[in-house]
Amino acid sequence: MAYEPYTRDYDETYDEPTSKTDVPYNPMFVPDSVKTFVVILYRHIREKNVYEIYQMYEGSFHKLSERLFKDCPWPSVEAIAPHVDNDHVFCLLYQEMWYRHLYARLSPTLQHRIESWDNYCNLFQVVLHGVVNMQLPNQWLWDMIDEFIYQFQSFCQYRAKLKNKTDQEIALLRQYDQVWNVYGVFNFLQALVEKSMIIQILEQEKEGLEQFTATDGYDYNGGSNVLKVLGYFSIVGLLRVHCLLGDYYTGLKCLAPIDISQPGVYTSVIGSHITTIYHYGFANLMLRRYVEAIREFNKVLLYIMKNKQYHQKSPQFDQILKKNEQMYALLAVCLSLCPQVKLIEENVNNQLREKYGDKMLRMQRYDDEAYSLYDEAFSYACPKFITPSAPIYEEPLVNYNQDGYRLQLKLFLYEVKQQQLLSGIRSFLKLYTTISISKLASFMEVDEPTLRTILMTYKHKTHSVDNDGKIVSNADIEFYVNEDIVHVVESKSAKQYGDHFMRQIIKFEEIIGELDRVKMD
Amino acid sequence: MGRERETPRQQVPYTVEQLIAVNPYNPDILPDLEAYIHEQVSSQTYNLDANLCLLRLYQFEPGRMNIQIVARILVKALMAMPAPDFSLCLFLIPERVQMEEQFKTLIVLSHYLETARFRQFWDEAAKNRSIVEVVPGFEQAIQEYAIHALSLTYQKVPRPVLAEAINIEGLSLDKFLEHQVTHSGWVLEKGHGRGQLIVLPRNEFNHPDLKKNAADTIPLEHVTRIFPILS
Repeated sequence: MAYEPYTRDYDETYDEPTSKTDVPYNPMFVPDSVKTFVVILYRHIREKNVYEIYQMYEGSFHKLSERLFKDCPWPSVEAIAPHVDNDHVFCLLYQEMWYRHLYARLSPTLQHRIESWDNYCNLFQVVLHGVVNMQLPNQWLWDMIDEFIYQFQSFCQYRAKLKNKTDQEIALLRQYDQVWNVYGVFNFLQALVEKSMIIQILEQEKEGLEQFTATDGYDYNGGSNVLKVLGYFSIVGLLRVHCLLGDYYTGLKCLAPIDISQPGVYTSVIGSHITTIYHYGFANLMLRRYVEAIREFNKVLLYIMKNKQYHQKSPQFDQILKKNEQMYALLAVCLSLCPQVKLIEENVNNQLREKYGDKMLRMQRYDDEAYSLYDEAFSYACPKFITPSAPIYEEPLVNYNQDGYRLQLKLFLYEVKQQQLLSGIRSFLKLYTTISISKLASFMEVDEPTLRTILMTYKHKTHSVDNDGKIVSNADIEFYVNEDIVHVVESKSAKQYGDHFMRQIIKFEEIIGELDRVKMD
Repeated sequence: MGRERETPRQQVPYTVEQLIAVNPYNPDILPDLEAYIHEQVSSQTYNLDANLCLLRLYQFEPGRMNIQIVARILVKALMAMPAPDFSLCLFLIPERVQMEEQFKTLIVLSHYLETARFRQFWDEAAKNRSIVEVVPGFEQAIQEYAIHALSLTYQKVPRPVLAEAINIEGLSLDKFLEHQVTHSGWVLEKGHGRGQLIVLPRNEFNHPDLKKNAADTIPLEHVTRIFPILS
């Protein structure tokens, strides 16, 4: 598969809003089908019928968009409000979808961006004040957080491209400097986490005092799931925003309340599942915790392979496929730096070989071509880094939207460079059980002191430090040096037979139980 | 009921940890975090979370960035090796700032440490005393990292290799070794003809066989699942 060149998100490709229809868009015109849609959706929301809400949200909304609003926005909220008792919260939800649709299909103007921010402020404020008494599908709540961060990132990209801005746009940007402000974004996510008490809920759940995961976050006692689940997804949101800023360590810290070694509410929505693991894996890659990254990428790629068929009709399908490809690229990077192929499931490995087999071989060589392959894979698969600060309007206006990406890429390639001699040393160590420093040095074409530094570099780079300061080995080859001799310890396949036998014992017991129940006549 | 006495309310000072916990995204704590870096330097303590929080605030408002403080944070991060803190900080520092001379030097120093080239590191550090020696405990922290890297790699390390890595020689090295023998379980041995060998304490990294035994154990929770069957 060929790499795509490094591209930003879709809103970049259209710089100017274009009207594609001949019939002028009348924001006050409400087609009958839309009227029916909002009336019924409103009713289901009032009746807390999550199933029907989900059908309308995932199905009808997209069908109507496809049919009637392919290249124009939905009717304005003022036009539909009379059909839904002018319900304040419903109108905020409608507008959220209205902007989401506009961002996805058309190109938002600065005015749109400002208004959408205001709408999020109003919506989240209502939720935070606890006046929302609804039960909404997890998919919808995830989409809100996901879109909120997407629009923030999109705004940062837009703002940082100063060169082609009109004087009017610059004036608006200066006037509305609080719009999509990074503090505002963080504070909303943080407030949702805190107000929802989700961290405490997840804590208490471990002790059996609370149910959250078991009910997928829904409240079956007449309450609302909105604040709780928004708080929960905001945890993932914080991970993502921190990754966009290059703060991987803090991002992972934010995610800590969610135990990703197990399924949870984050796996109840495929978009959330993928976003969580993608950023988790990426952050671990940047922290040199390769084994952890490999393990989680492997798991989620296997999951996507098995489940993507069920999402073919989903509006998120393209995104799923794109993240899938990006994670294969990241997996190829991880495995080139840390060749622990035994951690990879067979089907995932086959896919990986098909897509990156040849490139991975070339990445081992650490010549100029190898660097360009690392560069390519990173650029294709990295998050859309942002620069969160406002421009300095007094200075000559330049584009700084690529600054974040360039810095992260540079530092990543720096890391690759520091590890360039390790693949050579690996290939020799694999062949010996003992070898003298002098002999190995001559194979590597370096002097002995240099060889000793390479051996120590190998050890340092393959032993990461976890959050508690504990040393964790990522090493694919175990060795030690005794004075002037390197001893390689053959790594026996570390298969966990124990668990296998345990499972079989339980299985056999079940079979025996079944057999006992069979009555022979 | 007793009359409430009017005592001037004592302002309870928040610790910086509390400030970060409550307001991780509040620019008002920036001066506290800056003061905290000086405190970490003088009291030889370290708090990565606080320092990343400060760099993040600088990232949001580059106009408020204090270059000297960033330099202190980076030196402290070097001292935290083998943890990747130095990179974590660089990820947050704009490229144009990293172009400044003192940061270039620190990046070179970090590069030598990351690739275990201790000779070059100590030479370079000696040329840049003004940057690193303002932070007490610098030399010792790097020596600890060097010993860490050696302990991952060697069971027995030749004396000259150790001397180069920790930058101590001759009589001072003898003294240092004596101290390690009594306090850290180091053992001195005669090498094959040429001088001394230092036997470093065993760990699962320089004695990979130590780890093997631990790998194939089954956690108790898993065993409990078959208890009903066994009974």
